[in-house]
Amino acid sequence: MSNLAQDSPRRRLISDSLVQLSSVRFKEFIREPEALFWTFAFPILLAIGLGIAFRNRPAEIVHIAVVGSSPEASRVAAAARADSGLAVEVLSPDSASAAIRTGRVALLVVPQPDGRVQYQFDETRPDARNARLLADNAIQRGYGRADQVRVSEAHVRERGSRYIDFVIPGLLGMNIMGSSIWGLGYTIVDARRKKLLKRLVATPMSRAEFLVSYLVSRIALLVGEVVVLLGFAALFFGVPVRGSVLQLILIVLASVFAFGGLGLLIASRARTIEGASGLMNVAMMPMWVLSGVFFSSENFPKAFQPLIQALPLTATNNALRASMLRGAGWTVVGPEVALLALWAVATLWLALKWFRWR
Amino acid sequence: MSGALAVSVRALRKRYDDVVAVDGLDLEIPTGECFGLLGPNGAGKTTTVEICEGLTAPDEGDVIVLGRRWATDERALRERLGIQLQETQLAEKLTVAETVRLFRSFYARGRSIDDVIRVVQLDEKRDGRVGKLSGGQKQRLALACAIVGDPELLFLDEPTTGLDPQSRRQIWDLVEEFKAMGRTLLLTTHYMDEAERLCDRVAIIDHGKVIALGAPRDLIASLGAEHVVEFVLAGSSDSLSDESLRRLEGVRAARRIDGNAWELRVSELHRTVPALLAELAQRRLQLAELRTHSATLEDVFVHLTGRQLRDE
Repeated sequence: MSNLAQDSPRRRLISDSLVQLSSVRFKEFIREPEALFWTFAFPILLAIGLGIAFRNRPAEIVHIAVVGSSPEASRVAAAARADSGLAVEVLSPDSASAAIRTGRVALLVVPQPDGRVQYQFDETRPDARNARLLADNAIQRGYGRADQVRVSEAHVRERGSRYIDFVIPGLLGMNIMGSSIWGLGYTIVDARRKKLLKRLVATPMSRAEFLVSYLVSRIALLVGEVVVLLGFAALFFGVPVRGSVLQLILIVLASVFAFGGLGLLIASRARTIEGASGLMNVAMMPMWVLSGVFFSSENFPKAFQPLIQALPLTATNNALRASMLRGAGWTVVGPEVALLALWAVATLWLALKWFRWR
Repeated sequence: MSGALAVSVRALRKRYDDVVAVDGLDLEIPTGECFGLLGPNGAGKTTTVEICEGLTAPDEGDVIVLGRRWATDERALRERLGIQLQETQLAEKLTVAETVRLFRSFYARGRSIDDVIRVVQLDEKRDGRVGKLSGGQKQRLALACAIVGDPELLFLDEPTTGLDPQSRRQIWDLVEEFKAMGRTLLLTTHYMDEAERLCDRVAIIDHGKVIALGAPRDLIASLGAEHVVEFVLAGSSDSLSDESLRRLEGVRAARRIDGNAWELRVSELHRTVPALLAELAQRRLQLAELRTHSATLEDVFVHLTGRQLRDE
């Protein structure tokens, strides 16, 4: 900037050291090819995989078996075949029990000597219950039951209600959590291990600026992460962003501060990478499972819900889904953002209090 | 402010668990002096320097740096100090210029980045990654980061340990340049030649205490002998005693190192060596080896502690 041997003191709105610290963080990150892969390519690969696995398929064919070789068995099988959604086999008792054990068929239909028909299935499996309903309906009709009400069908496939719509905000939340906690935790512990932290505090560097620079560089990188993932999801899967972009930005910012604070807290005392990564996994693992990344957190028992709903990743995912998929207003999104802000303040405060600079 | 003290340390004590690192140490370094802390590994040099640098808190004692105390004036002091730590690894993914620019940004005033990079002779590596630098180049970069704030007082903790002779000489030139600007320097080393060449005064430290203090030349002169003669006899040496050697002209002290090996401290080499050869001839003793060197701070340390300075 200046070639004078003596530079004069400078006063600016944003200090030069904060700019330098932040740009150094940013450069160190983008010069690390592996980190770039995990941050940008990995979530997209995951989204592609999940998008293929859970793509909307035509209504599935249900496999069932009729057991025995009696004339009654042939009649029941013929009745069931009237439903095009059922694939019906007639099997001997031995092969039938093998077929249901391995899950090749979801339901066994066993005609009884007394003229009744017995359904054998696992009542805890939704597809087996579905098979029972379809088979029963087809068999009753085949034996002459008449429908009481005339019905018709119209098929609806709504953007925003598919699995890919559910999982993209979850992946985004998970990505923000992972990159914030790893991005801060790893680099800070590494700097402590290499005595770089000690060297930096031997200068007049502002310690607050040092920590803030991590958040600044994370936010800069996050713009890329969010745009890449959501852009990809919108382009290839038509995942909607119904809420305002401003709302989305505020949710993401609150989330970065919450997870950044958590990352700083984890890194505040650890001296080794091993110690820190253990702590990071302890912090992140429960949230991967509980916070509704791949399936709804509502699946867990009611007793756990207050705890689950208080987790920062749950708040992030809830807010992202409400905003992106439903276009929900601030009455829904606001409390989740406030919860994230609370996490940010609490973790940053504790991290500053406990931070080990040497 | 000539005559003022840059560093003043009184009755300093520091213990780690059950190890006493610093045990009642006093130091006074006038402004403009290049002062060396010399001692073996584990003598307490680094702990002492890091207390002076405000990076470690002492258990007891008083530390005044540039007329201020760490407890009350940390930020102001940091602006005026340059520090190079023993084992810092700078960020490998940054370039030389980026690293220096980062450190420059912490100081309200200081030298220009180009100037500092030129002084440490890293112009050619300016845009090279830190991770690709050699050991000597990394050490010069660490020095660049230490002087970029244009410090009044520079701390160097073992600046040349592990470097090849040419790199060591380059670091020495930089230190000489800094000294020529009239600034104060406190450096630690376990190389005697380094201390003798760079330091105006040295404190020899052992077990956390100062056991000798003064200009290198004065400390060596205090041995009363400028030269050391070592010789090894071939065959039996039972007829030779310390006493008979001490009577030789110019010999101040004589001791048997082990077996057939002896060491003499000598004031006038040109008189002692002929006398020694005559003495041995008269006793019909054969020399296997004969070496002489000028007395060094190493000899001072051996004289004071009976141990070698470097535990190699």
